[in-house]
Amino acid sequence: MVPENLYYTKEHEWVLIQNGIARIGITDYAQKQLGDVVYIELPAQESQLKQMTSCGVIESVKAVSEIYSPLSGKVKAANSALADHPEKINHAPYGEGWMFEMEEIQENELKNLLSAKSYQKLIGSES
Amino acid sequence: MNNNATPLLSHHQKEGGKLIPFAGWQMPVEYSGILEEHNHVRKNIGLFDLSHMGEIKVSGAGAHQFLQKLVTNDLDLLKEGQACYTVMCHDEGGILDDLIIYLLSSESDRIKEYLLVVNASNADKILKWIEKQKNNKEVIVSDLSNETALLAIQGPNSQAFLQAFTSCNLDPIIYYHGIQTEIEKLSCFLSRTGYTGEDGFEIYVNSKGAEKLWTAFRKKLIPPIGLGARDTLRLEAGYLLYGNDMDEQTSPLEVGLSWVVKLEKDDFIGKKALLEQKKKGITKKLTAFTMLDRSIPRNGYSLYCNNQKIGRVTSGTFSPTLEKGIGLGMMEFLPEKSSPLKEGMEIQVEIRGEKHPALICKKPFVRGSVKYGS
Repeated sequence: MVPENLYYTKEHEWVLIQNGIARIGITDYAQKQLGDVVYIELPAQESQLKQMTSCGVIESVKAVSEIYSPLSGKVKAANSALADHPEKINHAPYGEGWMFEMEEIQENELKNLLSAKSYQKLIGSES
Repeated sequence: MNNNATPLLSHHQKEGGKLIPFAGWQMPVEYSGILEEHNHVRKNIGLFDLSHMGEIKVSGAGAHQFLQKLVTNDLDLLKEGQACYTVMCHDEGGILDDLIIYLLSSESDRIKEYLLVVNASNADKILKWIEKQKNNKEVIVSDLSNETALLAIQGPNSQAFLQAFTSCNLDPIIYYHGIQTEIEKLSCFLSRTGYTGEDGFEIYVNSKGAEKLWTAFRKKLIPPIGLGARDTLRLEAGYLLYGNDMDEQTSPLEVGLSWVVKLEKDDFIGKKALLEQKKKGITKKLTAFTMLDRSIPRNGYSLYCNNQKIGRVTSGTFSPTLEKGIGLGMMEFLPEKSSPLKEGMEIQVEIRGEKHPALICKKPFVRGSVKYGS
């Protein structure tokens, strides 16, 4: 089951909203599909992102996948620990493997995201 | 593309293999994860299902002369039970496939029996090519691909592992040699060959026996390895992959395979073009490089030297052993030079619009336990 307190995207990212800050990562389903993550490029701090535009790259041994920003806003921080330890994304996708945080987000865009229930249904149909 | 299934498909499904379509086959790309599988083969051992490969038997009177015309290596050098790596070229010298040829038996100078092991992606093409070139009724060509399963055991502990399954002494079977024997009471052809850079064996067995062998091996806790780790292992070892590092537009001289081109032997298809190319000199060469930052080169990325585009990446990956990006690229010689880029020179790989530094290096990237012999 996917964590209930998060929002999700069709691109298999999760969003945690806390005090107006959005923390973003990829789902457990996504890390399993990717396989061993060995390289990551995250958006730079302070950069302005638009909802569902490409803002980074995640690479497994075999494949390159784009990271999409689930919301519009400004990048508050990127998880710098992933540069040396991208495998954290495999080991703890909802924890230490988080990717970046955004501020100045637009709460009305949350309606474009999926609930845990809808996301579960999506991966149920894909797997 | 159809979905051919190896006789072990149900085992791959049951045992947690992630299946992908590959050259018309449903094949496991990974089991426990590419990194873990890769490291297990480098340090210990692993089991591969390679039943998608094509096997073609060429036998009868005239088989030797016929094959000598088709391939660039010199089959005169083979003794019974010995194998060689070679390429097959078309008239212009481009590579149709790279393959292994075993001399299975040699009744006389004229009557010999050969086994050709070709890439799955080229199996149909090569069979048609062979049939087209054949003009001697005494040469018998049989496609054994469907009835033949191929398992590989690779890793430094391969011999100790496999010895427990056969009464045949594996010691005298040196690199690129094979023997007809029994494993688990099944008739097999066994050779010390592989595509990982590690010591290891490849076992050709009738498809009907594949499950029995696989199960017997797996009971002794050898981990199954998917195509993902097969690719990282072969690239670390500096082995080429048809379709990536070579194709019908590249010649063996350009990809560093001149050691399998015996220009001094009698006429073979492509010889004239290759002789000419050798005389004129090649202008590009497949060259190895390692990344200087953490980025990963991939097939198709552009390569630069002194801001000049010099070619593209043909194979690239993250090396689990070196923990950095490694690759092979087809690189044009610099205009002021008529030789390949030298080891230690810096080049750049363009990745998503940015140039990342890399160093020209020697192959292999990683030296494994395989004993190449003389």
